[in-house]
Amino acid sequence: MQYRLQTPLTPQALEPLRAGDTVLLSGVVYTARDAAHARMAQLLDEGKPLPFPLSGAAVYYVGPTPERPGCAIGAAGPTTSGRMDAFTPRLLDMGLACMIGKGKRSDAVKASVVKNGAVYLAAIGGAGALMAGSVKSCEVIAWPDLGCEAVRRLEVEEMPLTVLLDAHGGDLYESGPAAYLAAGRDAL
Amino acid sequence: MSVRELDTALIADTVEALCVEANTTLPADVKAALDHAQAAEPWPLAKETLGLLQKNLCVAAEKELPICQDTGMACVFVELGQEVHLNGSLEDAVNEGVRRGYEKGYLRKSITADPLQRVNTGDNTPAFLTVHLVQGNGCRITVAPKGAGSENMSRLAMLKPADGVQGVKDFVLETVRQAGANPCPPIVLGIGIGGSFDKCAALAKRALLRPLDVPNADPYYAALEKELLDAINATGFGPQGFGGATTCLGVCIEQAPTHVACLPVAVNMSCHVTRRAWREV
Repeated sequence: MQYRLQTPLTPQALEPLRAGDTVLLSGVVYTARDAAHARMAQLLDEGKPLPFPLSGAAVYYVGPTPERPGCAIGAAGPTTSGRMDAFTPRLLDMGLACMIGKGKRSDAVKASVVKNGAVYLAAIGGAGALMAGSVKSCEVIAWPDLGCEAVRRLEVEEMPLTVLLDAHGGDLYESGPAAYLAAGRDAL
Repeated sequence: MSVRELDTALIADTVEALCVEANTTLPADVKAALDHAQAAEPWPLAKETLGLLQKNLCVAAEKELPICQDTGMACVFVELGQEVHLNGSLEDAVNEGVRRGYEKGYLRKSITADPLQRVNTGDNTPAFLTVHLVQGNGCRITVAPKGAGSENMSRLAMLKPADGVQGVKDFVLETVRQAGANPCPPIVLGIGIGGSFDKCAALAKRALLRPLDVPNADPYYAALEKELLDAINATGFGPQGFGGATTCLGVCIEQAPTHVACLPVAVNMSCHVTRRAWREV
């Protein structure tokens, strides 16, 4: 199935999604990766507000290349999500609805996705030039000193994504290869 | 053979150009392997995903964008003839080339000055420079930008000699399974076997410089490359780990003499964006 989603995201909008479905996501997506997650955790420890509202938000684990003049963004494919695992359940509990990245997540993240009715989506890893096409604007909103790791507010239009973890415990990294291998034994 | 004077300014200019070229144009052999895999892939979602990777290469060329946003550590390999005299610092020239290439090419600056205190150097220097002294008066420079998604999935083991070739195969497969989708499959593997702890890792890195359509010169290792490639593709991980027949585009092994008590094996993991560009100066 393919779904069109618009941010901010509600648990109701995410409920039908199943691992392996495709999504065209439009609206606002915030970027944050290693260093930004560490700083956000520090802000939360100090009881201070985050650079963007978490409720219903989508976070993209990405550090784009610098944009050429006249372009919204440079190459912008996903980074490995597992490095953010230690920070993630806390953010999901606070309302983060959607994560975009690539690669396996920890059992704690999987459980938190189910508990909070959230979703983890794949962008195509290594396809930075292609992913840039769905970004319409990009603005650094926090920590410019982090360079490519600064927090950016992206406006995206029909960003092509695939559901990796759904709110019902589905995991494409398990079901996808299993389905291929099962089919291969029979027919391919 | 007479000594050749080589201006290091020429080295800086060459490294600058190679940084941009390597990050925007995939080597012909890697592109051919991707095209072949896409044509042969029987699983629909995997075929579609490989098609998106092909489209990404077209978009990168059209819009002068890097193929991948992780424009990597600037791994620079210099094969320097011992009859060459440089008029300045090779290291400074290479770093100058990286600095200019990453700035002018709108490439990402991904290097942190210190591994624990983590402040970005801001210009993607220092380069990760390897120099090989060779005979003659030539100078061949290769720039092979390396992304961290795959680099982080690399592993090294000091096996026992009794583990033998089966131990090597098991370690390689275990490494691929542990990596899963993190290194952006379809992957490319550089494998070092033998040497010492440090030389084995260097062999694995150097193996990634060999074109995928050039098998190991030793038929024993060429057969092992083929066997490992088939075994990795039989895992069913597929492109991006979504399932399919194409998990790996190529396996390159470099072997070296080792101690009677040692069997080191290193796997340097790379991705479908295995980048390298070279030039003689």
